[in-house]
Amino acid sequence: MELLAFGKTGWGDELFYATLMTIAVSVSAMLIGFIFALIFTPLKLSKYKFLNLIGNFYTTVIRGVPELLVIYLFFFGGSGAIMYVASIFGYYEYIEINAFITGSMAIGIISGAYSTEVFRGAIQSIDKGQFEAAKVLGINKFGQFYKIILPQMLRLAIPNLSNVWQITLKDTSLISVTGLVEIMRQSYIAAGSTRDPLFFYSFAAVLYLLLTYVSMKFINKLEARYSRGY
Amino acid sequence: MDFDLMITSFPKLLGATVITLKLLSASIFFGLFLGLFFAILRLNKNIFINKFAYGYSYIFRGTPLLVQIFIIYFGLGQIEYLRTTFLWIILKEPYWCAIIAFTLNTGAYTSEILRSAFQTIKPGVIEAGKSLGISNKIIFYKIQIPIAIRQSLPAYGNEIILMMKGTSLASTVTLMDLTGVAKYIISTTFKPIEVFIVAGGIYLFMTFIIHNVIKYLEKKYSFQQ
Amino acid sequence: MNIFKKTILTVLASLFVIGNVYADKIKIGTEGAYPPWNSKDASGNLIGFEVELAKELCAIMKHECTIVEQDWDGMIPALLMRKFDAIMAGMSITAERQKTITFSQGYADEVASLAVMKGSSLEGMDTPEGINLSLGGSDVKKALKTLTGALSGKTVCTQTGTIHQNFLESGDVGSVNVRTYKTQDEVNLDLTSGRCDVALAAAVAFTDYADKSGESVVLVGPTFSGGAFGNGVGVGIRQGGDDAIGKRDAKLLKDFNKAIDKARKKGIISKLAIKHFGFDASM
Repeated sequence: MELLAFGKTGWGDELFYATLMTIAVSVSAMLIGFIFALIFTPLKLSKYKFLNLIGNFYTTVIRGVPELLVIYLFFFGGSGAIMYVASIFGYYEYIEINAFITGSMAIGIISGAYSTEVFRGAIQSIDKGQFEAAKVLGINKFGQFYKIILPQMLRLAIPNLSNVWQITLKDTSLISVTGLVEIMRQSYIAAGSTRDPLFFYSFAAVLYLLLTYVSMKFINKLEARYSRGY
Repeated sequence: MDFDLMITSFPKLLGATVITLKLLSASIFFGLFLGLFFAILRLNKNIFINKFAYGYSYIFRGTPLLVQIFIIYFGLGQIEYLRTTFLWIILKEPYWCAIIAFTLNTGAYTSEILRSAFQTIKPGVIEAGKSLGISNKIIFYKIQIPIAIRQSLPAYGNEIILMMKGTSLASTVTLMDLTGVAKYIISTTFKPIEVFIVAGGIYLFMTFIIHNVIKYLEKKYSFQQ
Repeated sequence: MNIFKKTILTVLASLFVIGNVYADKIKIGTEGAYPPWNSKDASGNLIGFEVELAKELCAIMKHECTIVEQDWDGMIPALLMRKFDAIMAGMSITAERQKTITFSQGYADEVASLAVMKGSSLEGMDTPEGINLSLGGSDVKKALKTLTGALSGKTVCTQTGTIHQNFLESGDVGSVNVRTYKTQDEVNLDLTSGRCDVALAAAVAFTDYADKSGESVVLVGPTFSGGAFGNGVGVGIRQGGDDAIGKRDAKLLKDFNKAIDKARKKGIISKLAIKHFGFDASM
């Protein structure tokens, strides 16, 4: 137990902050993923073949390649790509992207591919008649989306989004390559330093279980709220 | 972009794909049995057996695969007592540690997939079997299990793809799978992007194959023939 | 166009920290998992010989430095991607690495050694105390032959992308069953567990581990230097070039070389080496 002491001798406080970091990265990756999903879902549903192609390329490639490789590629290639863009605009200095943003972006890109699929499925399952009904009632496209599609989509999407959340949360364990100190990296460091991997990795497992448990409780509440009236 | 490196590393990476496929097929094979076993336990009315099966799938689905593989490889390797038992013959080998971790992981997901498939089988089907005088055992093995497997094909296909991607973590316990060899090439050429793109392409191709095989099977065994 | 450029840059700047760095600030990458060269304490701070030496060198150069943690397997790629400007991570100066990056003069010498758990059949190998592969000669040849016999059929563990791996794969000791790990900590764990029959790393990495863990790890065979083991440990820096960045890198190399000279003269390197290694490994 002294291994988990807070302060200079133990790893308790470090693991506590690492847990907060895991939560922060997961949440921001999930949000970044939503942004990606908002861009790519319309592309996937578009009438235009070319836009379809872009949308499908994104979801197929990201979901078809190991997360570890996506993260490595983003870590080594991401800043290079941004610097390349900056160099087009005549900026040649080094652009530093901090570890938190790198990590969140890497996981966000992955999370976004799964969210896109969820949104697409949810929208496609909305009854077509509703659009026609809205048209007949003279509701404009904007109103159709915000007042009719979005609320229904959310309700249909929440159960599947909770899966995406779980995937995202667990994927954060892979971003230790970016140097961000979350649960996994901290446990790795502690295990190396104390030569007690069994204890620290088991403890990491408990922390992840705890996070899954608490977040699922929260999501279930949300789900109950959005399904009122059904 | 160093295209020469991409071309020269391709055959080496392709060679390593054999290890990836071995890991995948072994885990999927053992995982299917484990998953079926736990799915059946989940249908059991005994609350302890039921909770036990639920606990297993909850723990393995609620924690990252990386943590699981580290606990099994580095964690268990640390227990001195274990090293004196026959289990050490298996746990000594990184290859088997990886397969154990992957099997336990995919088994948990498979049990969930099969459980929900069992639950969607219409009671009428079982009753029809009963009224024809078929024994419960045969109904289960010859009717329920095949229907459940057919029912769960799309979800199970996804699980196979997820597991295929998961095997890339074998490289963290010294195995020279596709990702392991990619890292090895990078350690001497210092060009991660080129090598990872080629490796990623091979993974993508495997996803494509698995996806289409499952689609074919779905069609072949679809109910509307 | 100018306004457009500015807007883009402002947006980028708000998203990321655009480094107008370097001028006086440099970043040094280290692994933090190779004690006693570099490691981390229970508060998550980087410690070790190179961490302290880096601070001393920066003080001499009058540069403001930050020390960045980077996994070993991505060390050189990260330097090339400009995630940091210099490597101080127990990295030996080798011809292979010099194809991609450049090194300052060496600041410390690393001798490598094999290690086994007490009671191993490899104990008491009949070899000279140390061999220098660059010198060659009949002694070296004989020692390598003894090693080839001793290591055959054994699982030899080492860290990925190190001089130790290069040596084991060079064919000097026949074809060995090499197993590579991400960090030295992992090598140590598997040496203790018995998954590895024997391990190869810097001799101090094993003695440090034996001291701290109380495990009965013992060094066997000769200590190695020269040849695949390179020419001491130096600061890794990007190769200079003609553009602004390349010129800076070239200047940084000069600065480091001068600073190492000064630190050596003042006895700083020796002092730190004795503190962390228990003997004077400076060069």
